[in-house]
Amino acid sequence: METKDIKRDEFVINVGPQHPSTHGVLRLELWLDGEDIIDSKPHLGYIHRGIEKMSEALGYKQFIYLTSRMDYLSAHMNNQACSLAIEKGLQVEAPPRAQVIRVLMAELSRLASHQLWWGALGLDLGAVSPFFYAFREREMILEIFEETCGSRLTMNYITPGGVVNDLHPDFVKKVKKLIEQLKGNLHEYDQLLTGNAILQARTRGVGKLTAEDAISLGCTGPVARASGVKCDVRKLHPYDGYDKVDFEEVLNDKGDNFARYWLRIAEMEQSIRIIEQLIDNIPEGSYREKLKGVVKLPAGEYYQRVETARGELGVYIVSDGKKEPYRVRFRTPNFSNLNALRPMLKGAKIGDMVSMMATLDLIIPDIDR
Amino acid sequence: MQLSISLLEITRAIDSWLNSIFHPHVAFGIELVLAGVAVILLVVAMAVLMVYAERKLAGFMQMRLGPMRVGKYGSMQAIADVMKLLLKECLVPTNSDKMMFKLAPFVVTVVSFMTIVPIAFARGIQLWDINIGVFYITAVSSLSVIGILMAGWSSNNKYSLLGAMRSGAQIVSYELSGGLALIVVVMMSGTLSISGIVQAQADGWWVIKGHIPVIIAFVTFIITSTAELNRAPFDLAEAESELTAGYHTEYSGMQFAMFFLSEYTNMFVLSMVAATVFLGGWMPFHIAGLEGFNHFMDYIPGIVWFFGKTFFILFLIVWFRWTFPRLRIDQLLKLEWKYLLPVSIINVLFAAFIALMGWYL
Amino acid sequence: MNSIYQYFRAIWYGFSSLWKGMMLTGHYLVHPKKILTEQYPENRDTLYIPDRFQGEVVLPHDENNEHLCTGCTICEMNCPNGSIKIITQQVVTPEGKKKKELDKWVYHLGLCTFCGQCIDACPQDAIKMSNAFEHSVYDRKVLTKVLNQPGSKLKSAKK
Repeated sequence: METKDIKRDEFVINVGPQHPSTHGVLRLELWLDGEDIIDSKPHLGYIHRGIEKMSEALGYKQFIYLTSRMDYLSAHMNNQACSLAIEKGLQVEAPPRAQVIRVLMAELSRLASHQLWWGALGLDLGAVSPFFYAFREREMILEIFEETCGSRLTMNYITPGGVVNDLHPDFVKKVKKLIEQLKGNLHEYDQLLTGNAILQARTRGVGKLTAEDAISLGCTGPVARASGVKCDVRKLHPYDGYDKVDFEEVLNDKGDNFARYWLRIAEMEQSIRIIEQLIDNIPEGSYREKLKGVVKLPAGEYYQRVETARGELGVYIVSDGKKEPYRVRFRTPNFSNLNALRPMLKGAKIGDMVSMMATLDLIIPDIDR
Repeated sequence: MQLSISLLEITRAIDSWLNSIFHPHVAFGIELVLAGVAVILLVVAMAVLMVYAERKLAGFMQMRLGPMRVGKYGSMQAIADVMKLLLKECLVPTNSDKMMFKLAPFVVTVVSFMTIVPIAFARGIQLWDINIGVFYITAVSSLSVIGILMAGWSSNNKYSLLGAMRSGAQIVSYELSGGLALIVVVMMSGTLSISGIVQAQADGWWVIKGHIPVIIAFVTFIITSTAELNRAPFDLAEAESELTAGYHTEYSGMQFAMFFLSEYTNMFVLSMVAATVFLGGWMPFHIAGLEGFNHFMDYIPGIVWFFGKTFFILFLIVWFRWTFPRLRIDQLLKLEWKYLLPVSIINVLFAAFIALMGWYL
Repeated sequence: MNSIYQYFRAIWYGFSSLWKGMMLTGHYLVHPKKILTEQYPENRDTLYIPDRFQGEVVLPHDENNEHLCTGCTICEMNCPNGSIKIITQQVVTPEGKKKKELDKWVYHLGLCTFCGQCIDACPQDAIKMSNAFEHSVYDRKVLTKVLNQPGSKLKSAKK
């Protein structure tokens, strides 16, 4: 593509690194013929912070806080993945109470993440109001996080051996209130956007991704599931007691923008279902397995994957027995989901680019790390 | 009859006073200047009011308070924004076509001010009772696309160019069904003059007595005027998530403010046209047979009626903007050529039939 | 015939779905009680900040100007950003023993990410997070703080 000559009537525009619809510092090179996109090329690296390299200089307990800054909307799941990988190396298991707390927190952050996505999708498609409606319940979730974990976005709450603090006394009450309010308000999502004729026109049949493409490009999470690929790590490789809760892996075989939209709304309902099952059954007992002050993993390789709000996050740790990891590598969902953009964009319009980016739900710091 | 002094009497008094002092030609010149100043003041005041009202309405629709800091309940916010824009530097991009770049905001603003000329605000309050008023407004308002294309082309920015081209395609195509919607009422009232159309509605507004064709024309006109204004859901020309700001990406300071002002002026003018043509202009609401009620309605001055109707339509347009997502360019054109235009053409046929038979009230 | 039906159905669907959305925004327009935003600086007194909110690290002192920090530097080792610097000094106790004691507990607020690992690691529970959140200052130097008050001492083990 670098060597391609620009033909007559074709031109190139740079979308980003500072562009309102890329949600961050992604730069897309678009080759256009009028409004039609001929080809595209994403440029990465504008927010590369070297999280993997930084992790090699920090202890096992310390580097986890960096992972909250990768996919900042699934901070709990990122921390959970690292903690599980380290627990694998230490051969300890979090106490049952801690596992349930982890699942609850993960599902709450999935809800919060999907709500932000829904609001941002409206914003990308030109409707400003959904953003505020989505933030109403998201704000409640963040307040629950703030009460229990001490911060709202980069919580650093899940730690090897369990969780840092016990649940706040008000936690159960507040989560129940949240679920009640959320169930009452989910119909507004349909009223404002899902059923909207303009949104239907913008999303249905646009941005098709076939199951073969999704697999070969390594897409995971809602993006792949909307193309009919079964890839929910919570079902395939259950962790932290996901095998004990009853939920469905939502699938759709259309693979277009609307399938991805519908799937995330349906996933929110599933998250509510998981939370409802667990909120009354939080086991008593210790919330944390006390580890040594300085954690040392036995030499070897450890891999753990979890399902974040955007797909499969893999954490690969190589230890040489020292107190710092020898190598840490993250397989992040957004990087592979971004790959789906190029085949989707061919032949689409500029307006479609925005709706595709919105339904892929890309978080740029997670792509660059 | 009226309890208060009507605006007509004030203008007549000014006119006779000027004529008694000056030579008629000089008096006419002074009247032109006065009218121009009045229009500018009105438009600027309305734009400031509209910006504030829109931000407040948007705030309440989104569970926010809107501006609250400058002045009581943020009432000075729009004025503070204007002051800020006045103080900013007007940047001109290096490789732009400098003359066109600087001229474009003026073209857009002048065009939007020109469309105010034939509007009748109240009984006898009209700058120029031109006998082709409706035609004049549709003709002049379509000139604004030239200013937009100039801005987009001269900025030397691909985003601006794309925005301007979108805007051109959009305004040119939506003018067709907008014009056809106006023709329905023109046929029924049998005149193109604004004051004639208002007089024809003395016994009932067209939207009430004109049966289904006028209602369809009214809805079509609201949709097309939203599209001609480049406002959501048709704001493709400045779609901020696709083209950052479209044709005025490179403008700053007062040049940007002029685009902004002309957008709000256009919005205001098209709402006034809709209020005049379909909702009876300054004519009060009458129900045939209820004399007491009609008499009571007569006491409300025409100017209140007129601005009440205008604000109702403005509110509708604001409401659209803060609810709907944006269309894609091909869907936008599809809506016009596949839905609005065929419907308008058939509607004109029906309206012609009704007008010929004289079936309206 | 079917295509004509579809044509008018599309028009009807468009209008009805758009009207539904407008009803929702209209509903919130006329229900100002559902407004969520708060007027921040004005409501400072009534603002709800959860107890566990991690605002900044503080070293609590009691009424005798005594704290619990022994200067063991575990927090310094656990801090991922190097925002803590513990400076200790050798002092001679009245009994004649040499003892390491805290001299300065230096805290770089500008480097802190509020991860709470120092609090988690402290064996004495000497430090904790305060709920203060208005940290903005005009001079960067102000962000480097010495947490132990002048003349403060280590709280004697048991009284």
